[in-house]
Amino acid sequence: MVSTIGILGAGRVGTAIGRAALGAGYAVNIAGSGAGADIELLVDIVVPGARAMSARDAVADADLVIVAVPLHKFRTISPGMLAGKIVIDTMNYWEPIDGRLDEFERDARTSSEIIRDYFPEARVVKTLNHIGYHELETDGLPAGHEERRAIAVAGDDDAAVAVAMQLIERFGYDAIYSGPLQTGTAFQPGTAIFGGRHSADELRAQLALASGQRPLSGAQLA
Amino acid sequence: MQLGAYSFGDTQLNPDGTHRSTAEAVRNLFDAIVHADRVGLDYFGVGEHHTVSMPASSPGAMIAAAAAATDRIILGSAASIISTDDPVRVFQQFAVADAISGGGRVEITAGRGSSVETFPLFGFDLRDYDRLYAEKLDLLMTINGSTAEDVTWSGSVRPTLDNLAVVPRPVGGRLPIWIATGGNASSSARAGQLGLPISYGIIGGEPHRFAPLVELYRRSAAQAGHTGDNIKVSVATFGLIAPTKEEALERFYPGWRNLNIEMGRLRGWAAPDKRQFDIQAEAPGAYFVGDPDEVAERIVQLHGHLGHVRHFLQADHGGLPQEYLLESIALLATEVKPRVERLLAAK
Repeated sequence: MVSTIGILGAGRVGTAIGRAALGAGYAVNIAGSGAGADIELLVDIVVPGARAMSARDAVADADLVIVAVPLHKFRTISPGMLAGKIVIDTMNYWEPIDGRLDEFERDARTSSEIIRDYFPEARVVKTLNHIGYHELETDGLPAGHEERRAIAVAGDDDAAVAVAMQLIERFGYDAIYSGPLQTGTAFQPGTAIFGGRHSADELRAQLALASGQRPLSGAQLA
Repeated sequence: MQLGAYSFGDTQLNPDGTHRSTAEAVRNLFDAIVHADRVGLDYFGVGEHHTVSMPASSPGAMIAAAAAATDRIILGSAASIISTDDPVRVFQQFAVADAISGGGRVEITAGRGSSVETFPLFGFDLRDYDRLYAEKLDLLMTINGSTAEDVTWSGSVRPTLDNLAVVPRPVGGRLPIWIATGGNASSSARAGQLGLPISYGIIGGEPHRFAPLVELYRRSAAQAGHTGDNIKVSVATFGLIAPTKEEALERFYPGWRNLNIEMGRLRGWAAPDKRQFDIQAEAPGAYFVGDPDEVAERIVQLHGHLGHVRHFLQADHGGLPQEYLLESIALLATEVKPRVERLLAAK
């Protein structure tokens, strides 16, 4: 059972996820690139209730770690720090916005697979990357609500995926499993899912299309 | 409170959807600024942008021209992408415009830009993104803060200035310099630490949720010992005013849709969703689209959260017909402004 979430990154995405997590009843540790004291005022005001820490401290007692640093800075996180942890990768290789990064451009793997291979002992899950950070806080709805939005989840570790899906549900979204981490390609920048708004059925249909299958009918989904 | 407009330029569309000329867009922007001055708008911002659909690439040149053709309106960049420009040149262009304006009407808003087109255009490396911005902002502030023409500065992103003249000096000694931010918390903290006024570009979500950022800005300023008139907030959002809400929505939506189709194609996001538009176009969303009563009420409501001293709107994108832009500007100055003043006075 997840009770404490460690967030690496105190930018727009990290702070928005921090507020959403506090709202859903989790304890939140949050770290920027330096000492906890550097971002104490920022965290007190912008993510009230969260604890400002160094990255190492933020993940030490966390049951779940969320990585929300600018993608080109992921190597500043020491891989050993995340050994054994369930890690949600929220990052995107978004060339038109963040510029060209040769290491992602030249690699056949998806960005999350590169992250997974960089953190070999972490249990990496890809999600929270295709919804706008400011929507995450405002669009959550109770389970069963007809306008509830859906968020896709990809990962290789079933137990880690289940934990991430529970988090998404508690944030107020239907969590839809797309398959192994490689299937995250279906909701990266440049896809119909990225930045869009989808119900659970719409998202399943888009994921099925992306995987080359015929979209499942409603009866099959139920 | 000051009310204003801003624009990146908006290239008009042919009936078949292709773009008309970018020169026409620049001329339209100039005409809109002169019109805004005539109808009594407080502020016009020209945003540096480098695309065919939004071609206002040279705010300094536009503002110098507008300075000569206007009498009262405050003219500023919204924003100047200083990371990829030379702060010496930016300062000189705006100081020239300031001299032409008679002094006191020209401002610089320094930003990073929300897109990265300027990096390949001017030959910069995105890996230097943070360093370029920090050093160039420091240089711009050094030049502006200098009491003499001669300036001395050194850094890693530009050759050293060793007691070199940077002229002209602004009529009033200094130009107002604002920091533009899209809502990253550390940008608010930094603007406060530097003691500079801050301008929030709020392009989505719920603008009142920026209140903690404003508090962070003010407390960071206080901690660094900065008080007084320079610690202030402005807000830029999408918005269009028409005689009725229905007309405002009808006029604004096609351009919004065109812009989002284009941006989606360029930036790899999904097709625009009318539901998203509808949410944003109602309180507490980020699009101030409506009749004068509604827009005035929403600006005043946001003022209760942010305490901003200036609110300015971008109406023209995706080929908004020029007549709608001009009418929106006139309504903003003549109908929204008195309502905002009345509502604020009644508080």
